[in-house]
Amino acid sequence: MTPATHGERGERERQLRLILPLATLVLGVAIWDLVVRVNGIPPYLLPGPGLVLQTLVSDGTILWDSWLVTLTTTFEGLLLALIGGVGLAILFNQSRILEYALYPYAVILQVTPIVAIAPLLLIYLPQQAAVLACAWIVAFFPVLANTTLGLNSVDHNLSDLFELYGASRLQVLLRLKLPSALPYVLGGVKIAGGLSLIGAVVAEIAAGSAGAGSGLAYRIAESGYRLNIPRMFAALMLLSITGIVIFFALSFLSDLALRRWHESAIRRES
Amino acid sequence: MTDQTAVDGSIVALHDVAKTFTNGTTALDHFNLEVRRGEFLSLLGPSGCGKSTALRLIAGLGAPTRGAIAWSGEGADEGRERSNDIGFVFQEPTLMPWASVHANVALPLSLQGLGASTTTPSVSGALDRVGLTDFAGAYPRELSGGMKMRVSIARALVTSPTLLLMDEPFAALDEITRFKLNNDLLRLWLALGNTIVFVTHSVFESVYLSNRIVVMTSRPGRIFAEIAIKAPYPRDESFRTSAEYAGYCRLTSEALARAIASGEAQ
Repeated sequence: MTPATHGERGERERQLRLILPLATLVLGVAIWDLVVRVNGIPPYLLPGPGLVLQTLVSDGTILWDSWLVTLTTTFEGLLLALIGGVGLAILFNQSRILEYALYPYAVILQVTPIVAIAPLLLIYLPQQAAVLACAWIVAFFPVLANTTLGLNSVDHNLSDLFELYGASRLQVLLRLKLPSALPYVLGGVKIAGGLSLIGAVVAEIAAGSAGAGSGLAYRIAESGYRLNIPRMFAALMLLSITGIVIFFALSFLSDLALRRWHESAIRRES
Repeated sequence: MTDQTAVDGSIVALHDVAKTFTNGTTALDHFNLEVRRGEFLSLLGPSGCGKSTALRLIAGLGAPTRGAIAWSGEGADEGRERSNDIGFVFQEPTLMPWASVHANVALPLSLQGLGASTTTPSVSGALDRVGLTDFAGAYPRELSGGMKMRVSIARALVTSPTLLLMDEPFAALDEITRFKLNNDLLRLWLALGNTIVFVTHSVFESVYLSNRIVVMTSRPGRIFAEIAIKAPYPRDESFRTSAEYAGYCRLTSEALARAIASGEAQ
């Protein structure tokens, strides 16, 4: 096979990977629209896609404000998860005693369903702090677990080399362990981004039934009570799009950080 | 030409050294070895004969279970300060994938807190010696196996060590690359006048490179025989095809076979 046809094939493959999901989306929306129209389903049960889009525009201000609140919580949660996860992993890596004493509780925090913890947190903390705490609890564990794995995945020969040249503990951490762990940390952060959003939404929903609130999830709960289903769909759509954008943004950043050296970020000619 | 067989004095000596690992394996027992200043010494033996262990003990990576390692010459008792005096080359290139070739070679110096302005001349010099000046900005994954090994050698040379320890450095390379690197290594050794301890399981490689071969028995590793290769340096491809080379190879092969047999008899 000549290189030219090879390149064309790659190009076609790329186009397919872009076009096919879009085609599925268009088809899905068309079927949705058709089902609503043909069966005459009322908007308070299932609004058509047109009405959802219209609501997205007409309720734009209210949804935009709520979106900003949820987005802020998500990013704060993610940032704290990054700091907390990497920080704890480094502490665990440096002190076995701390690791043995605390790691099981990090696991317990992770495996206890956040929906069950959220109402408690809302009792003990101010609402915004509770929402942020939920986002953090859900998001920090993948960062912690991945960073721990990364810090322990250092090439033994490189460790020996650092020892041979008399590297200090701090030098080993900063110049060997953390760079080795970077791909793992970034993998954890990619997972944490989506989870932080989920944590924020769960807490907002729990808070929503308690009264005050202003995030997107609160809007969903509120719209549900008022049978304003079109707005519910519009808010839901915004949440999905937010999750997708966060995932791709983090993937992009991760690729950017690793592309010169890590196998995961290197495109191979095949 | 240069008569490198004229070596003077010992640089380090292992006296009745034993090494038992925590899992109960005894890698070395009653192991005596003297490394002489300026020589090219090969440790030859089957897999698991403890030759790598001996090399690591000399490097200070782990302590012997019994016996002593005695350094001679200036600053013999300075302990960890010795790291500047030793270069170590592993079987794998052991490069930091996230760092450029330049940064990898600079590592031994930058770990001592030396800044870029101080290290750059040494790094450039080391890269020049292994013929990789043009690749200073490249990343390890962009290099071939042989080039990665050259970077590893440049890193070991950057501190201008008097003792270079090499643990089967070319074992994973193809034969053509290995021959080339053998020649490069000999040229470097002749130019720098340092001491090299070279661990290998290849009879041919050890005969081609060394002026002394120590043949070891397997588990626990002991010295079985010592063979002096009296062929003059510089050696090149004509040596590889000479009758003298073939003779030394036969001699060494026989010694190795007897060493293995004696190990199995135990």
